[in-house]
Amino acid sequence: MGSKLIVLAVIVLGVIAVAQLMKIYQLSSKLTDRKEEEISNRNNRLNANLMIVFVIALFAGFIWLMVRFGWTGRGMAASVHGHELDWLYNINFLIVLLVFFSTHIVLFFFAYKYVRKEGVKAHYFAHSNKLEMIWTIVPASVLAVIIILGLRTWKDVTADAAPESIRVELFSKQFDWTARYSGDDNTLGKFDYKLTTDNNELGLLTTNTIDSAINEMENGSKGIHSIEDKLNNPSLAMSHSDRDDLMEELDRKGRLVRLLHQMKGRHKPEVDAYAWDDIIQKDTLYLCVNKEYEFNFRSKDVIHSAYFPDFRVQMNTVPGLTTRFKFTPDITTEDFRKTKNNPDFHFALMCNKICGGAHYKMKMTVVVLDETQYDEWLETKEFITFRDKYFASK
Amino acid sequence: MSAIATDLQHDSHEHHDESFVSKYIFSQDHKMIGKQFLMTAIFMGVVAMILSILFRIQLAWPGEGSDFVSFFLGDEWAPGGVMKEDMYLGLVTIHGTIMVFFLLTGGLSGTFSNLLIPFQIGARDMASGFLNMLSYWLFFLSSIIMLVSMFVETGPAMSGWTVYPPLSALPQAMSGSGLGMTLWLFSMSIFIASSLIGSLNYIVTVLNLRTKGMSMTRLPLTIWAFFVTAIIGVLSFPVLLSAALLLMMDRMAGTSFYLSDIIVGGEMLTQHGGSPILYQHLFWFLGHPEVYIVLIPALGLSSEIISTNSRKPIFGYRAMIGSILAIAFLSFIVWAHHMFVTGMNPFLGSVFVFTTLLIAIPSAVKVFNFITTLWKGSINFTPAMLFTIGLVSAFISGGVTGIILADAALDIMVHDTYFVVAHFHVVMGLSAVFGMFAGVYHWFPRMFGRMMNTSLGYVHFWVTIVGAYGVFFPMHFVGIAGAPRRYYDYSVYGDFDTDAYSMIMDLNVIITIFAIMAALGQAIFLFNFFYSIFYGQKAPQNPWKSNTLEWTAPVEHIHGNWPGELPTVYRWPYDYSKPGSDVDFIPQTVPLADGEEEH
Repeated sequence: MGSKLIVLAVIVLGVIAVAQLMKIYQLSSKLTDRKEEEISNRNNRLNANLMIVFVIALFAGFIWLMVRFGWTGRGMAASVHGHELDWLYNINFLIVLLVFFSTHIVLFFFAYKYVRKEGVKAHYFAHSNKLEMIWTIVPASVLAVIIILGLRTWKDVTADAAPESIRVELFSKQFDWTARYSGDDNTLGKFDYKLTTDNNELGLLTTNTIDSAINEMENGSKGIHSIEDKLNNPSLAMSHSDRDDLMEELDRKGRLVRLLHQMKGRHKPEVDAYAWDDIIQKDTLYLCVNKEYEFNFRSKDVIHSAYFPDFRVQMNTVPGLTTRFKFTPDITTEDFRKTKNNPDFHFALMCNKICGGAHYKMKMTVVVLDETQYDEWLETKEFITFRDKYFASK
Repeated sequence: MSAIATDLQHDSHEHHDESFVSKYIFSQDHKMIGKQFLMTAIFMGVVAMILSILFRIQLAWPGEGSDFVSFFLGDEWAPGGVMKEDMYLGLVTIHGTIMVFFLLTGGLSGTFSNLLIPFQIGARDMASGFLNMLSYWLFFLSSIIMLVSMFVETGPAMSGWTVYPPLSALPQAMSGSGLGMTLWLFSMSIFIASSLIGSLNYIVTVLNLRTKGMSMTRLPLTIWAFFVTAIIGVLSFPVLLSAALLLMMDRMAGTSFYLSDIIVGGEMLTQHGGSPILYQHLFWFLGHPEVYIVLIPALGLSSEIISTNSRKPIFGYRAMIGSILAIAFLSFIVWAHHMFVTGMNPFLGSVFVFTTLLIAIPSAVKVFNFITTLWKGSINFTPAMLFTIGLVSAFISGGVTGIILADAALDIMVHDTYFVVAHFHVVMGLSAVFGMFAGVYHWFPRMFGRMMNTSLGYVHFWVTIVGAYGVFFPMHFVGIAGAPRRYYDYSVYGDFDTDAYSMIMDLNVIITIFAIMAALGQAIFLFNFFYSIFYGQKAPQNPWKSNTLEWTAPVEHIHGNWPGELPTVYRWPYDYSKPGSDVDFIPQTVPLADGEEEH
């Protein structure tokens, strides 16, 4: 507390001291009959010179950043379309640099050159259709090029994935990622959030999971029957608000279970197979080099964003909506480490949409393997399909 | 009889005595309301600036205890001087909200539209003094609620200034989505009401109360800017209000406008069929025009200042009006460029790439016209002029990176990274703040009848621009290196890419040091501002030898602005250094000489 008082005292004294200095300044202004609105030639020249000093420092700082961090500071891309994006980025960045440097040179040079001088009158120049046409048409044509190049790339990047590309689902929740490979049939099993139970975290849709979801909703430890028991138990002393909360929960679960029963009525058992062979994978995402992947993104709670900086991939995951992004990694983690000369490097999947307090920790390691390594890894997964896990945990 | 007598008295606009309350607090006079907006905005701006320094400290030195942080946040939110994750997000959210809405929308438009519209069009006051007063007091109320929201137990809103649902809709998802978020929505709804009332008033005043001879093409560009800004506000703010109301319904009434298939905090919600993307469309339908609500007034102010202090007419007056109108129109059809990676239909994305990049054309016209105005001028470096040149520089530096962001394909790699943060801080934050400072320095004599100290103004400008570029240039590189925004701490990056991590951390330290420097520089402004209100040199009537009407009114503020008749206008406001004239400025009230042509 003492130190805070001292800091406060110093600030107050400082303000008083400056105020006194200002008074002296003003007295001297009065004596010399100097007026604030009349800018002296000396001040004008000073600021004109500072304009040049500033713009040189600005350029120097910018160039230092580019030299220090290597052009724009982003590493090499690790996916096929990533190289295309980097190429486009470089073109755009060059245009940006050109415009930035040229306009700044002109702006600050004019500010320096045309500072007020005694006896020089400003040149009355109100408009010129020719000049205005030039700086409408020139930017327009440069932009036309940028738009055409940009849209061409955008079309490629967002085109539908090839039928044979590997389907993988990325499931996001506060605050981690789960991957689901589509298994031998290369078809992701269907899902519904209402089917989410402890041994079916992703809510996959099969005849069995519908039954167990209904069962849990009705007979589980927090199910409808247990709530009803609580509400009807006269020996339990409950406050009004607790009681209201329970009633609300009962109502909510009643609606959900009705929907589940409807789902059961409509369910076609032949879709079960899509889900049973899916492989659920946590912590690390393994990908095979030079294979196209179509990622399907899902969210359990709030919006997240799947962001793979090295693959130049980003797509939001939206609750209630499946989003997609396709890409082909074209270098293995091992090779990439060599080019970066950094043996600890890993490709990363991070969350890039604010999703709660631990947003900054929501990540997953991505490992790109060559084909033989990938097949070896798949071997180890052969017998842990969703079916195996589901029935093992039952 | 007596009623007629008071009417007559009112009409003659004598300087009649007012009580303290009606003069300084519930004033209906545009000059006082402008000052009220400015004072409130400066206060809010200082608060938001301190918040930014707090989270910059966390970013540069994560996990290290700081007395400064613990002084402001206390043990509750910063045990041991290290802020909690949730509070970090709260600070970021409130910083953004205050800066965008309270400082640069309410503050900038509120101050200068109020001060300058009646003065520069030659009107006694706004069309409705009462609505004008209401607009200020709603703004004040919403400011208070926003400030109060920082002190509730669960913390302020924490889902970013865009408050995307479901995060903002579900109190189970994070602590700030509880009462803090309710207050945020409440405050913003009132703010929107304030903004709408103000805007309608500005539009009506500009259209109806122009003095004799003041045709639309003789209006100063400031007025064009305020006029168009008000129109944009009237058309876009109601959409944000509806977005906020629907969000309130989702939060309180169990509707599912934005919610579908959600399990949060172990609770399975029944909401189904809504879309979080709908909120984003509604939000950005305001959110993007909002950028121009912030920018256009700043560009208008600087058009006036750059012309006056170059002693030259603004170059391409009609092109300037045309580009303001073009920007305003285009600003309504670009909103989805904020949503390229939301899973929106890629074809829709293509359309928005096209419209967005079109905005670069009128923007380029404005920049080149500013630069040409300097060419062969006779530049007088008042502090206002310095800030205007700073504005043009920031508008260019921030604008060009927009070319990269508008390109949907490139947006994939930089979306939601610090590259975006740097981009919008430069193009809308810096430009608008510089424009606001320029406006304050230039019109201070008109507001307070005294001059601000020029030397302190110089120091303030140079410290600010060096600090600002020192903050935001490196920030682009942080973004290109891949750093996502709204991260409490980048140590997670150390697990993957140590090169990028050390780059991010090095730059973050540099950025924070410049930020602290720039923030301290603002103390110079605050001192100069408040000192000059009371002790500044007395201002002459027309200190900058300017043509516009506000400088034909007496220095002291009188009810009705001009004693006697309203001025009559004979020419456009940019007759500086006109050939054939002895003086280098001809006020708008001077009739055309024989054989003289209007510009």
